[in-house]
Order: sequence, then C-alpha cells, then structure tokens
Amino acid sequence: MADLTPAPAPTSPALPAPPLNPDFTPLPSPAAYLLLTRMWSRAAWQYRASLLLTGTAQMLSTCLDLAALLVMYSQVTTLAGFTLPQTLYLYGTTRLAFALSDLIASGIENLSDSIRLGTFDVVLIRPVGTLAQVLADQFTPKRFGKLIPSTATLVWAIDTLPITWTPLKAAICVGTVLCGTVIYCALWVLTGSISFVATDARETANVITYGGELVTEFPFAIYQRPLALMMTFAIPLAFITWQPSLYVLGRHDPLGLPDFLRFAPPIVAVLFSALAAIVWRAAVRHYRSTGS
Amino acid sequence: MRVYFTAARLSFRRYITYRSATFAGVVTNTAFGFIRAYILLAMWHEKPQIGNYDAADAVTYVFLTQGLITPIGVFLGSTELGPRIRTGEVATDLYRPCDLQLWFLATDLGRAAAGLLLRTIPPIVIGSVAFPTSLPTAPLPWLRFSVSCALALLISFAIRYLVSLTAFWTMDERGTASLLLVVAMFFSGMIIPLVAMPGWLGSLAHALPWSGTLQVPIDTLLGTNTTSFADAVTFQFLWAAVLLALGRALTSAARHKTVVQGG
Repeated sequence: MADLTPAPAPTSPALPAPPLNPDFTPLPSPAAYLLLTRMWSRAAWQYRASLLLTGTAQMLSTCLDLAALLVMYSQVTTLAGFTLPQTLYLYGTTRLAFALSDLIASGIENLSDSIRLGTFDVVLIRPVGTLAQVLADQFTPKRFGKLIPSTATLVWAIDTLPITWTPLKAAICVGTVLCGTVIYCALWVLTGSISFVATDARETANVITYGGELVTEFPFAIYQRPLALMMTFAIPLAFITWQPSLYVLGRHDPLGLPDFLRFAPPIVAVLFSALAAIVWRAAVRHYRSTGS
Repeated sequence: MRVYFTAARLSFRRYITYRSATFAGVVTNTAFGFIRAYILLAMWHEKPQIGNYDAADAVTYVFLTQGLITPIGVFLGSTELGPRIRTGEVATDLYRPCDLQLWFLATDLGRAAAGLLLRTIPPIVIGSVAFPTSLPTAPLPWLRFSVSCALALLISFAIRYLVSLTAFWTMDERGTASLLLVVAMFFSGMIIPLVAMPGWLGSLAHALPWSGTLQVPIDTLLGTNTTSFADAVTFQFLWAAVLLALGRALTSAARHKTVVQGG
C-alpha cells in the first residue's frame, strides 16, 4: 500500500513547459507515420514466436481462400463465363491491393476501442496529424504475410493468361493494384470514421472493408444487376479490380456499362481519397471524449 | 453443479448486454450471407447438383452458417481462458473449488445461448425471404438439428479450450489460435461447403472434427446426410469425447506445471 506520509511539495512543475520556440514545427504526417510504424514493429518484434505464428496464419488464410477458389473450379470450368486464370487474376489483384491497404491502414480498426476508452484524447494533444497516428496504431509486421501468396497468385495468373501485353495493358495492371490500394485505404478511413458517430458499429464496417474484398475477388457478373450497379456507383468497389481488369483481360462488360469506365480508377481513387479526408476531418471535429 | 449453472447464467447476461453491437453484428452476418450466396449460386448455376446439394440447399447452407457463427464460435480462436492465462488472471480460476474445464464450458454455454438468441434467427429469416431456400417445415429435422448443434458446440469448445491451454506453455495463445482458426475456417465448411470438396480432400474434411461443427448439423437439418442421423451424432459425440478428454489430461498437466507468483 501507499506510503501515508505526505509527499514533499514539488519544487518544479511536473510537466515540461510547452515549446515556446516560434520555429517549432510539428512532424509532417508521413514522417510521423513511418516513425510510429517503426516503433510498433519493434514492439511486436519483442514477441517473435507469436509474430512468426500470426504472420504464418495471415499467409495461410490467404492460401486457404485460394484453395476454396480452386475447390470451386474443381466442380465447374467457368464461373459466370470466367475461367480459372481470369478469376485468379481478379483474385490476385484484389488480394494484393487489399493486403497493401491492410498493411498501411488497418490500424484504424482499433479506433472504436480508443474512442470508447477515451484514449483518443491522447491522439488529439500530440503535435502530429491525427490520421497518421490512427493508421499506424498497433502496426504489426505480421501483415506482410498476406503479400506473399497474393503476389504469387497474381504472377501465376498473368503467366497463364494468354494476354498480348501492350504498354497500356501493363500500365493498367500496375495501376489496378496501386489505385485499388488507395481506394481500399479510403474505405478503411471512411468506415473507421463511423466509430465517431456509433462506437458499437465497428462490425458493420467489416461489410465494406472485408466484404468489399470478398466481393471484388469474383467477376461482378455473378451479382444481380442492381447490386452490381450499386457496387459500381454507390460504393466504387467495381473500380478496384473489376473494371480495369476487363480491359486487361480483353472482355466486354457483362453488365453493359460503357468502356471508358475501365480507365476511371485513378480518378475514382483521387475523388474517394478527397472524400475520405473531408469525412475524417468532420468526424474528428465531432469527437467528444468519454470524459471520465 | 449449481455453481456451473450460475456461471453459465452470468456469462449469458454478460453477452446479452450489448444490444447495438448485436444489431451491427446481425447486419454484418446477413450482408456476408448475401455475398456468399451469390458466389455459390454462380457455382451452382454452372452445375445444378454438386455433392448432394442443389442451389436452394447451397443458399440455405450459407445463411445457416452465417447464423451459427456466433453461437458455435466459428471465428473464436480460443476460449475466455486463453487471455486469462496471458494476463495471469488464471490464478483466480485455479483458486476456485471448481473444475477448470467445466467452468469454462459453462461460461461458453452462456455465451453460446446469448449468441443463439440474438444472432442466429435474423440471417436465416432474411436469407429465406430473399432467396428460395430448402428449410424443412416438419419439427423432427429441427429437433435433430438442435441435438446436433449442441454437440457441435461441444466440439468447438473442446478445440478452443485446447488452444487456450497452449498458453500455459507458450504464454500467448494468440499465435496458436490464429493458426488453428485458419484450419477451422476451411475444414468446418465456413468458406465453402464440404460437399463441394472433391475426392480425397472431401473425405479428409468429412473425417476431421471441424466437419462436426457446421456441416454435420446443417446436413441433419436439410436431410442431406450421407449417413443416418445416429451415425452423424455418434461421429460428433466421439470427437467431442476425445477432444474433451484430451483437454482434461492437458489441464492436469498444466496444473502441475504452473507456478502462481506473488500475492
């Protein structure tokens, strides 16, 4: 138990004075983000066995999804008119883009807990951008595990598909993964912002993030037309891999949408990121501490 | 015996408290049901009979699994024991004049009952409104289904309890839990029904304990069992008994090994 004798009165203030230096500039967000991820990685590295096991589990979970897809194609030769290598191309680009976004942004999944516990206060008083801190929160290198099987699948699909590569096709293939990563990151931020309004709603965010991943692994022709249109224009899931991949695979859109949509991913990525940034700022302003 | 009943009841009350989180969970389970239903329908569209399932069976299967996720604990890698070993709170559990395994079984039953009440029915009802399904209307299949589900929970608990126990040796059950969860997701039929698995993979999947957590109960309900009801239940019972017995043996080994520090 505590010592009951009164503590001597402090002779100096407990907290250091705030920086009065007029030249003080806060750390720019990207630098802060990298610093924080390095810090969290070092923390995770302390539990090496656990990190290795969870990293392997992340890798295996991607492999098992792949196994499920192979099981499906053991029963049928095409799925909504798409062959195994074509679906694997969709699967590979989706998985790779999602794994990259998961690596970068899934720290935001811890946001609802930190709002509920009131620890988001700490994020607000640090002289670093809020988003950088939230995205880097509890970063763990185990997420690299997902990159290996998804890259391998994509490479295999590209190698197997009879595609006559042009510079434009190659650029769109790389662009699919890059723009897909950006759109997924925007989705992480947008769904994460829900936590400011409804703290308990975290699970609903999974429909858009993990559900969005599952949806885009398959040709959109398997969904009913209204649903597919909603996932094109309401939530831009179709622009992650489906639309640009139609160009690379040289296919007509089974939904009959105009061809120029295939080149829309960069624009969608920019617009959607801007939307995510606006929503994030509004959401942070909406934050009221639990105040305990 | 009464103490376990009280533990189950209190655990039930703990899990039934968060209503808005439940609503979010139901929305999520149902939405994923729709995605998975469309994926399987695309497959059954190409081949109308896979295993002994037609398209309606496949869709029913999807929504039943979505409804059973929470009560059976499909996504739970471990039990409440796991984190308690990690944090050292297990010292209190070992101090109680109760059987450790029965105690956590009781709390898990309470958790499952709350899950069954809150999260099982909505996805199944919404799914059968949106799609043609093959849910039976006679009472007997539902009775058999509930017996089979109870055994499914026992198998699921027994596996998760074993995973939790590994924390006595590794200090952190999360690594083991996440690895075994991947295996469980695949072999329980959560990702794809086991009936769609070809040849040796299908035989292997049907023989492993995880098939007893989702595929077997659902087959008893849909009447798509390849064996009789008695055989299906015996299969589940045997796996539950073996895994629970293994859990008991490991519990006593852990008890002899564990040193509770401090005071």
